[in-house]
Amino acid sequence: MTQERQFGNTILNVENVSLSFGGVKALDSVSFDVLEGEVRAIIGPNGAGKSSMLNCINGFYKPTECTIAFKGESHHQMETHQAASMGIARTFQNIALFKGMTTLDNVMTGRNLKMKKNFLWQSLYFGPAVKEELEHREAAERVIDFLEIESIRKTVVGRLPYGLQKRVELARALAAEPEMLLLDEPMAGMNHEEKEDMCRYILDVNEQFSTTIVLIEHDMSVVMDISDRVVVLDYGEKIADGTPDEVRANQRVVDAYLGVKHD
Amino acid sequence: MEVLNTFFVAPFLDMGSDLIFLTEVIIGGMMAGIMYSLVALGFVLIYKASGVFNYAQGAMVLFAALTLVGLMERHVPLVLAIILTMGVMIGLAFLIERYMLRKLVNQAQIILFMAAIGLNFVFEGAGQIAWGSNVKKLDVGIPDKSFEFGGILLNSFDLFAACTAAILVAILALFFQKTPTGRALRAVADDHQAALAVGIPLNTIWVIVWSVAGFVALVAGIMWGGKAGVQFSLVLIALKALPVLILGGFESVPGAIIGGLLIGIFEKISEVYWGPAFGGAIEGWFAYMAALIFLMFRPQGLFGEKIIERV
Ligand SMILES: Nc1ncnc2c1ncn2[C@@H]1O[C@H](COP(=O)(O)OP(=O)(O)OP(=O)(O)O)[C@@H](O)[C@H]1O
Ligand SMILES: [Mg+2]
Repeated sequence: MTQERQFGNTILNVENVSLSFGGVKALDSVSFDVLEGEVRAIIGPNGAGKSSMLNCINGFYKPTECTIAFKGESHHQMETHQAASMGIARTFQNIALFKGMTTLDNVMTGRNLKMKKNFLWQSLYFGPAVKEELEHREAAERVIDFLEIESIRKTVVGRLPYGLQKRVELARALAAEPEMLLLDEPMAGMNHEEKEDMCRYILDVNEQFSTTIVLIEHDMSVVMDISDRVVVLDYGEKIADGTPDEVRANQRVVDAYLGVKHD
Repeated sequence: MEVLNTFFVAPFLDMGSDLIFLTEVIIGGMMAGIMYSLVALGFVLIYKASGVFNYAQGAMVLFAALTLVGLMERHVPLVLAIILTMGVMIGLAFLIERYMLRKLVNQAQIILFMAAIGLNFVFEGAGQIAWGSNVKKLDVGIPDKSFEFGGILLNSFDLFAACTAAILVAILALFFQKTPTGRALRAVADDHQAALAVGIPLNTIWVIVWSVAGFVALVAGIMWGGKAGVQFSLVLIALKALPVLILGGFESVPGAIIGGLLIGIFEKISEVYWGPAFGGAIEGWFAYMAALIFLMFRPQGLFGEKIIERV
């Protein structure tokens, strides 16, 4: 980032998140905050607990003790439905699309929470129900245009190449018009060109819709390029937190990445 | 030689010799088959959306029919009785979601299957405690007469039942493909976790599919109960949906529809043309046999996709 960027208030504040699986401490008292409108990266070696952190934020995992405050509302644990309706959307490390459905249908599911009519109405196919469906269809098409996936609108996503699936997953998340996007390794497994495209989309989303972005990424050059601040996890602990330059200069981070033994 | 003739030659000669009769047999088979399709659809919906192989589907048919008859015996008019019964089935869907599915979420499939077996006994028991276990006559006012159409002998009740089932199957298929709720159902069926992440409420979806299954059970109960009386054997007829599912694939809506028709037709043809060679009464087990043989050649079913494990 060259120019000075302005951010709003704290949108997300996680405090003392701890989570274990059997004997494994996936997260050990991790705290950090995210400001409105920033691109916040979470990095760390394999198994550091990055995905677990996202899973706690949107309620898939229930941490033992912690406070998660989103938009000033404090919760001991999040529920997935609650997280989604408060404006948190996400993508997954191992793409979790509806594989048997078309791109358009997948993106439309992202509109689910925006639909005002209740389930009974939505079970019908006439009058007001159709009208509402068409409005949401328009919104979905806008997202599809934005991410330039018009050509695969009617393709069943299970048949798409990996890179495109990742993009469809982003489209589904965007369709919910989230205030905060959690992206778990959005560029994993992509070639150089696809990565560049994805970076551009993420930055465009951040700029045009002022969506706050929390992303996990292994590619250091990408992280350093697009993020405003970085949290570094290692063995479930936070070992550094700051701007890309600060983090890069941090000795513990260098050690963790070079595999220096813990003492 | 004698054996070859009775099993492999004579039946086909019979078929060829009277084509009108063959048509009647096929139509009869399709009429029974569309009912199987309907019940199989109930299975598929529940299996896709909540991962439960709903062993209790047959008991739900019996329960719905018993409730309906019980209400009618107490002089509730037919239409009101149907509405009330549907209300009961929806109420049960709520209870099942609340006390069974919600507690067992993320458990292994075998555990959900055991729960469904338990549910089966609950339905059987509850129905009989509430309404008694005698065979009951169900008269919904549809005439049961034979008539000729284009030289083919048809039965009015069967025709009515088949049409109702066909319409219902069509409505369900449209509901599944075209409406937002249908889309949400497909999403849940495809990937639970992703569905949760986009904010689709699993609990509501479960109530909906179990209510739909209850509705299907009610319709099947009315049709079969009206034909043969409301009795315990309704449970067994519903299990005819099992070979249909094997044929059609557990996850496929079109598979359930076409599988049902095929089983119905094969069953009738085998009964009429091969029945005598076996000494009769093969309708009961033929479908299972056919499904098993089919399974050897296409384990994924008619419409299921071949799954190749990623290694
Ligand atoms: N559902 C689970 N059950 C058991 N253990 C889990 C589960 N999820 C995560 N873990 C464990 O928690 C630790 C942190 O895992 P996590 O997936 O959060 O790491 P990560 O930083 O995302 O790693 P990667 O870069 O490989 O994606 C690991 O030791 C992992 O094995
Ligand atoms: Mg991960």
